[in-house]
Amino acid sequence: MNAHGVQARDLAVALVGNPNAGKTSLFNALTGSRQKVGNYPGVTVERKAGRLALPDGRVAELIDLPGTYSLDPKSPDEAVTRDAIFGRIAGERPLDAIIAVIDATNLRNHLRFVLELRALGLPLVVALNMVDLAARDGIVIDAARLADLLGVPVVETVAVRKRGLDTLGAALNEQIGAERPAAPALQPRDLRALQGEARRMAAAVQTATGAARRWSQRVDNVVLHPVAGPLLLAAILFFMFQAVFSWAEAPMGWIEAGVAALQTQLAAALPAGWLLSLLNDGVLAGVGAVVVFLPQILILFAFIITLEQSGYMTRAAFLMDRLMARVGLNGRAFIPLLSSFACAIPGIMATRSIDSPRDRLTTILIAPLMTCSARLPVYAVVIGAFIPARDVGPFGLQGLVLFVLYLAGILGALVAAFALRRTVTKGAAPPFLMEMPKYQWPALRDIGIGLYGRAIAFLSRAGTIIMSSTIVLWAMASWPQPPVGAVKPGIEYSLAGKLGTALEPIFAPIGFNKEIAIALVPGMAAREVAVSALGTVYALQDVDEENTGGLIEQLRAAWPLPTALAFLAWFVFAPQCLSTLAVTRRETASWRWPIFMFTYLFVAAYVAAGITFHAATALGL
Amino acid sequence: MIHSHRLIDSLVPGEVALIAAIDRGGLAPETAQRLCELGFDEGVDVEILHRAPFGGDPLAVRVGNMVVALRRDMARLIEVTA
Repeated sequence: MNAHGVQARDLAVALVGNPNAGKTSLFNALTGSRQKVGNYPGVTVERKAGRLALPDGRVAELIDLPGTYSLDPKSPDEAVTRDAIFGRIAGERPLDAIIAVIDATNLRNHLRFVLELRALGLPLVVALNMVDLAARDGIVIDAARLADLLGVPVVETVAVRKRGLDTLGAALNEQIGAERPAAPALQPRDLRALQGEARRMAAAVQTATGAARRWSQRVDNVVLHPVAGPLLLAAILFFMFQAVFSWAEAPMGWIEAGVAALQTQLAAALPAGWLLSLLNDGVLAGVGAVVVFLPQILILFAFIITLEQSGYMTRAAFLMDRLMARVGLNGRAFIPLLSSFACAIPGIMATRSIDSPRDRLTTILIAPLMTCSARLPVYAVVIGAFIPARDVGPFGLQGLVLFVLYLAGILGALVAAFALRRTVTKGAAPPFLMEMPKYQWPALRDIGIGLYGRAIAFLSRAGTIIMSSTIVLWAMASWPQPPVGAVKPGIEYSLAGKLGTALEPIFAPIGFNKEIAIALVPGMAAREVAVSALGTVYALQDVDEENTGGLIEQLRAAWPLPTALAFLAWFVFAPQCLSTLAVTRRETASWRWPIFMFTYLFVAAYVAAGITFHAATALGL
Repeated sequence: MIHSHRLIDSLVPGEVALIAAIDRGGLAPETAQRLCELGFDEGVDVEILHRAPFGGDPLAVRVGNMVVALRRDMARLIEVTA
């Protein structure tokens, strides 16, 4: 090895296994936090790699390939695994060895995949993972006998407790020779024959079979109970949303205060002018608009990762499948839609786990209808201004209106899915087949590493887009500058103001005035920017999102109630921020779908706002 | 044995049966393959563990050591001997 830690021949080793075999835990245990997360070229599949030092000093790049049941892919993730194994991915080194990760509690199914992998002829080591959980269920496996039957080393591991890692490294060391192995070719194989062989082999090496999954089945008796199950799911969701919004409040406040303090510092240090405006209202406001959502997103992801790793998420998908089936989706769409309540961007990214392309596209298209947290500041200002703070029975009226807005988003999404599945994403849905893994205590390390990876993904994807669009829209709202002696607010003379003024006739039929039309333009950067834009347009010279007290007074004086209600209805469906469109473009690999998404949401928002405005006017509100 | 060919769908929770036949012709090839990959094969022991609320669809079926969720329309393609 030379000084840079690179040797004459860089080794590449891949972790391969069924979903739920504990592959990612093993990857985390072997590589710790030294991971690089990227993307495979041309597809939106994550590439996770880390450094693995072998006992003899050689270093390998360890690649965590997406979990798959066989070498015949059914989804883009699974195709990456196959292509990586066969060395067909551009820019990827051919593999020197494979670590096949198998679940000791599910030997027969996982062994079938090992038999498939063995036939490739690459150096192979089997990690017999989760032997502790097997022991818990009373399953005893003769690993030495299994190694004899397979003809490859078998190492017992408990990834979450870091057990067996040294032995695994040693076995791998022995398997990888000096010469690079020949790239394998896919031979035709008879899956059912292999399945039978795996079953016989599993029976031969299990000296005690135990009562498989006893523990998980007891938990499922409650979690999947026809009455208790849905109630528990509702309680978990309720707690999760409470946590997302209440726990994040304080850190969001600190971030806003921090950004504001920086802006004050800059204002004191620099002369007033376009540079200060660019830094404060463009760059800092842009960075702030992204980072301020990080606390909510981290809390939401901590819940989602915990629920995923514990095995509960598939149960939620099971419980929700019936409802999803009615609108032409399946239970798997539930998880991405749940994420979209914090932000549509991670939600759309999470649709990668949906195997059917049509279902996935439908889920992407309806994800922005889930009320993301960026709509909250808009709702808060308008509700604060127009909805009286009185009680209706045991509930506050303001809270009820907020609830109705969330509900309207969900119902809108269901209707949209129903309509889309019969038109643009028409076609037979592939059958719903989903493994329900056993329950496990999630390991803190795995949650931490998962959280870190998703936070970085959010910051880099959303961050770059939100920030650049904020700067562009800042420029549009600042130029051209108002003439000397202008009486109207500066924004009205700008490009954004002119665009808003031009749009006004379009919005007038649904009760929106010119000020709203102008504010909607910068609101495309991120929805909550509409609040500060309203502040600007109503000439509250402090362009401060915190300064909503004055804005509430101003709006109350300027808007009739039907306009305010129409504005709320608009935001339920509002054509989403540019970052959502950009992520949709990325995930669907075409401009067609983001344009379609924008159009259908614009029409829905326009119709909803129009109906609300005219109904409210007719009712004399 | 001769009298008891039934569809998996008709098992009551807790009743263990063996898969007798799978109507693979009624499935797309990829689906038939995925079913096989998940452990559904002639001679394997199965049991219905749970039925989802609101109409009993989908089903959670134990097949060997694995639990798989599937909808009833597919479950009706799997014949068992109880």
